[in-house]
Amino acid sequence: MTLSVNLQAVAYLVSAVLFILALKGLTHPASARRGNLYGMLGMLIAVVATLMGDQVQSYGFIIVGMTLGAVIGVIVALRIQMTAMPQLVAALHSFVGMAAVMVAIGTFLTKRGAGELNALLMGEISAGVVIGAITFTGSVIAFGKLQGLLSGSPVKFKGQHLLNALLGIATLALAVHFAMTGSLISLTLMTLLAFTLGVTLIIPIGGADMPVIISMLNSYSGWAAAATGFTLHNNLLIIVGALVGCSGAILSYIMCKAMNRSILNVVFGGFGSDSGGEDSAGAVAAGKGVKSAAVEDAVYWMEDANRVIIIPGYGMAVAQAQHALKELMELLEARGVEVKFGIHPVAGRMPGHMNVLLAEADIPYDRVLEMDEINPDFPSTDVVLVVGANDVVNPAAKEDKTSPIYGMPILEAGRARQVYFLKRSMRPGYSGVDNLLFYQENTSLVFGDAKDTIEGMNSALKGGGH
Amino acid sequence: MPEALDPSLVALYVFVLACFIGYWVVWGVTPSLHTPLVALTNAISGIVLVGALLVAGDPEAGLFTQIIGFIAVLLASINVFGGFLVTHRMLSMFKKKK
Repeated sequence: MTLSVNLQAVAYLVSAVLFILALKGLTHPASARRGNLYGMLGMLIAVVATLMGDQVQSYGFIIVGMTLGAVIGVIVALRIQMTAMPQLVAALHSFVGMAAVMVAIGTFLTKRGAGELNALLMGEISAGVVIGAITFTGSVIAFGKLQGLLSGSPVKFKGQHLLNALLGIATLALAVHFAMTGSLISLTLMTLLAFTLGVTLIIPIGGADMPVIISMLNSYSGWAAAATGFTLHNNLLIIVGALVGCSGAILSYIMCKAMNRSILNVVFGGFGSDSGGEDSAGAVAAGKGVKSAAVEDAVYWMEDANRVIIIPGYGMAVAQAQHALKELMELLEARGVEVKFGIHPVAGRMPGHMNVLLAEADIPYDRVLEMDEINPDFPSTDVVLVVGANDVVNPAAKEDKTSPIYGMPILEAGRARQVYFLKRSMRPGYSGVDNLLFYQENTSLVFGDAKDTIEGMNSALKGGGH
Repeated sequence: MPEALDPSLVALYVFVLACFIGYWVVWGVTPSLHTPLVALTNAISGIVLVGALLVAGDPEAGLFTQIIGFIAVLLASINVFGGFLVTHRMLSMFKKKK
């Protein structure tokens, strides 16, 4: 049986509502899994309604494509490590971008065959192709940086902004020409330029700005889907594209706000770098008047504390230290110490990265607090343990008006009685700014791999010498 | 007979209103679930699968167009299946204190 157009539209409406409820579910961890199920149901309804409509007549390619896609998708989703989530998300964004390009070109070819082309439709096709293509190559570059295939440091060269501007203008001009004439050459050139633009827009952005980039590409993939919806006059695609586009835009805004930078500054700023000298940490530390401490010192203070706050950063993810932290939390709690985790919005390589890693280590989410929730607690905290974070606790953001990070909201770790930094070396955070907190009287640095250091603390606590 | 509304204008209505819904719903998402939010929006943007099905399933399309449609179906399906499953995996890890 085939579904009438009206019945199909009703099914799409149900599916759109389910997607809205899916996002709504993420308001709280308790309702989130149900939300995800709504999302799956919405997708199932949309796909079945499309397959039953009279526009879809040949099924061979569809069956093979969906089966293959399902197998690949399921295998990847089951095997991926939680620390590799940013890479996976970047890869998946690139697929949406490429699919949008393919759908737009495919639609052009079928409509041309049927003689149904007009300027408006071709304008919409251009939007789908351009946004999709930028999403695709941009995400591929982001994936390369996150996976370590490309250098994480910003790639900058003279005349970069001019080049991007010229590419942008040329793409736009070709889009206009294509819409007016339907020229296949313009379409091809426009597609190639948009692919190039995706690369040149993302390479100048440093690895540590990844939370913004992931959010931005998330947003682009939504707008690409919406543009596809305009091309096909499909309201479901328009609605979903708008939801996803808004979601990514809001996340980008939140991430920028948490760094006190504008989106333009992130996109064009080429801020920070991942490289830096690896001088002998202890020697540099001593020369700068920084105290370094042994694991035992930190343990001594922590086991008698009333409250300990742990601040994880990207270094925790690199060292895979989350499971060791969970054990530390349990050992301290067994001694009556209250343990909480404080998360800065831009900690890690994507929004909420730290929360997922802590959840993976079975740390209950009610122990994990956001910046605004935990800041009032620092003055009454005995020990703060900073694990692989740096800039997000730097008081320079509050005190030093000349600092590049001035104005960025921070976790006020320095107001606790004792601060221990677990660090591999003295090299500064990605902003390249020296951390004033290192020189504070109540701060000590514990050098070494974060995971080894925490495991050292755990065995000291288990040994129970006191 | 009164002039009919241009379908593209209707599409614009739907788009703008959906942006407002997205705006309000997403601001309500708790920051601790921002990674699952990215993964879930990624999965649902796999809705381009619908467009891909229309291209791949068009009986009048030539082989070249159908192959383009096939690639789109493949990529979008990876997104849909991979995206929802990995979101499910992540959300299953968020637990309250025992």
